Amino acid sequence: MRVLSAWGRCKRVLARNDEAAWGMALIAPSVVFFLVFILVPVALSFWLGFHRWNPLRPMNEAQWIGLGNFIELATDRDFLRTAWNTFVFVVASVTLMVVGSVLTALSLNAGIRASAIYRGLFYSPVVTSLVATAVIWLWIFDPQWGFINNVLRELGIPEPGWTASRDWAMPTVIITFVWREVGYFTVIYLAALQGIPEDLKEAAKIDGASPLQVFRHITIPLLMPATLFVLVLGILRATQNSFAVIYVMTSGGPVNSTNVLVVYLFQYAFEFFRMGFASAVSLFIFVLIFGLSLIQFRLIGRRTELL
Amino acid sequence: MAGSVQTAQKPGAVTTLRSNRLTWTRRATRLVLYIYLTAGALLVLIPYVWMVSASLKAPAEIFQAGVNFLPTSFYTANYEVLFGDYQIVRWLVNSFVVGGIVLLTNMTFTVMAGYAFARLRFKGRDFMFFVYVGAMMVPIQVRLIPSFIIVKNLGWLDSYQGIASIQLVEFFGIFLIRQFMLNFPRELEDAARIDGCSWFRVMWQIILPNSKPALAALAIFTFTASWNNFLWPLVVINRPDWMTIQVGLSSMKGEIIPWGVLMAGTFVSAFPLAVLYILLQRLFVQGIVTTGIKG
Repeated sequence: MRVLSAWGRCKRVLARNDEAAWGMALIAPSVVFFLVFILVPVALSFWLGFHRWNPLRPMNEAQWIGLGNFIELATDRDFLRTAWNTFVFVVASVTLMVVGSVLTALSLNAGIRASAIYRGLFYSPVVTSLVATAVIWLWIFDPQWGFINNVLRELGIPEPGWTASRDWAMPTVIITFVWREVGYFTVIYLAALQGIPEDLKEAAKIDGASPLQVFRHITIPLLMPATLFVLVLGILRATQNSFAVIYVMTSGGPVNSTNVLVVYLFQYAFEFFRMGFASAVSLFIFVLIFGLSLIQFRLIGRRTELL
Repeated sequence: MAGSVQTAQKPGAVTTLRSNRLTWTRRATRLVLYIYLTAGALLVLIPYVWMVSASLKAPAEIFQAGVNFLPTSFYTANYEVLFGDYQIVRWLVNSFVVGGIVLLTNMTFTVMAGYAFARLRFKGRDFMFFVYVGAMMVPIQVRLIPSFIIVKNLGWLDSYQGIASIQLVEFFGIFLIRQFMLNFPRELEDAARIDGCSWFRVMWQIILPNSKPALAALAIFTFTASWNNFLWPLVVINRPDWMTIQVGLSSMKGEIIPWGVLMAGTFVSAFPLAVLYILLQRLFVQGIVTTGIKG
C-alpha cells in the first residue's frame, strides 16, 4: 500500500514535469546499482580485510583480527614475489606497447596508401578476447609442437621451454599481452598525430626546417601529453587485464614465476577460500588502481585538446 | 607534403639536385615504412592463420616435426568433435544473452543518468556526479569478493542475471554520455520546452537523436566488454551449461585435448566479434578514441 502511494506521488510529480523530479527519477536506477554493486561491496571489502572468515560459515562468525591480514601480507614471500612480478609485467609490457604503438602510428600517419587497411588489421587483436589470445599463443609457444619452436628447431637454435620454463614464462606472457594491446594504443596515438595542426609543420618547413627537425621539434613535443595519457592507461590495463592471459597460460606458474596480484587475489579467494586475506589483497590493488585512475582523470581534462 | 617538393623545385638547377636527393630519401623512408608495416601485419596475421590452419589439421599433422604452415588436407573432424562433445553453441548463446542484457540495461539506465547529469538541474546533482566519477575508478578486483557474496545470497550463481549483474550500469558510460551531451546549446531544448514538451520527450526526440556517435560508442563498448569479460563469469559460474564462451574456452584448455579441437574452439569463439568488427570497423576505431579513457 505504502509503495503504491509512493509510486502514485512519484507519477504526479513527474506529470507536473518538474525538472528536478525528472533528474532524480532518471538517475534512480543507477543509484540503486551504485549502492548494491559498488558502495556495499567496497564497504564489505574493507570489513572483510580486517576479519578472518571461512566462506562456508555464516558471516557473523567472522573473527576480527585487526591488521592481521595486512601483516601476513607484508611478510608473505609469495605476495612480495607477486608484487614484484606485477611490477615487471607492467613495466615491460607498457614499454613495449608504447614503443610499438608510437612507431606504428607514425608509420600509418606518413601518408601511405592502404594505411586504413593496415590500421584495421593492427586493431583486430584488440577485438580478439584475452582468453582466445592466450590460447592461440599457448599453441604458438608450445614447447614441442608449437610454431616458434618448430622454426627454431629447423634453424638449429636451442628451444626455450616458454610457459614451462621459470625463466621464459614471464617473457612469454608479456609478448602475448603486448601483441593484443599494441593496436589499441596505436589508434590513440594516431588520433593524437592527426590532431597536430598541419600549418604548424608547414610553417616550420617554410622556415627551412628539415623533416627530421620538424619531427624532433614539433611532432615529439606535441605527442608528449598523449604519451603521458597512454602510460597511465597502459599501466591500468596491464595491471588488470593481465589476469586472463596469465590465468589461462600459466596460472601464475611455474613456481609463481608469473604470478601477479590479480591472479594471486583470485587464488586466495576462490581456490583457498581465504576471503579475509584475499580482501586485504584486493584493498592493496584498490589503492593502486584508484590512485592511478585519479591521475588518469586529471589527464582527461587536457585530453580533449590533444585528441 | 607534396607542396614542399614543389616549392623546392621552382628556383632552378641547384635546387633540382636537392629535390632529387629529397625524393631519394623519401623513397627510402617509404620503403622502410612499408617493410615495418608489412612485418607488423605478418606478426598480427600469423597467429590467426596458425590457429585456423591447426583447426583443419589431422592430429598426425599437428604432431609432426618441421614447419607445415598450411594443412595438407581439409580435416573437419576437429569441428565435429567441437560441436559434438562440447556445449560450445550453448556457450555462445549464453554470451549473446548476457551481452544483450548488459546492452539493454546500459542503453537505458546509463544513458538516462548521463542525460540527467548533462541537461537537468536538480538538488545533489553535482555531488552525485562526483560520487559516480569515484565509482568509475573502483577496480573490479575490490568488488569481486563482496559481489560474489551478494550474488550468491540472491541465489544468482549460475544464472544470466548473476553474470550480467556486475555490468548492468557502467559508470564510465554515464561519464561518456554526459560529456557528449554537455556540448549541445541550451536553446536546443528551450524551444521544445516552450512548446510544452516534457523532459522525457526532450530527451527522447531532441537529445538522443543528436547523440548517435556517443550511443554507438557506448553500445560497442558495453557489448564487447561483456563478451570478453572473463574474471567475473569465472567466479559466478560453476555448471558447464551456464558458461560464457570465454569461460568455456578456458575450461576446454584445462582438459587434455588435441590442439586441433582447441584451435577450432578458439576460432569459433572469436568469430562473432570478428564479424561485428569487420562490419562496423569505423565505429570500433572511433569508439576507442572516445572511450579511450577506460582501462
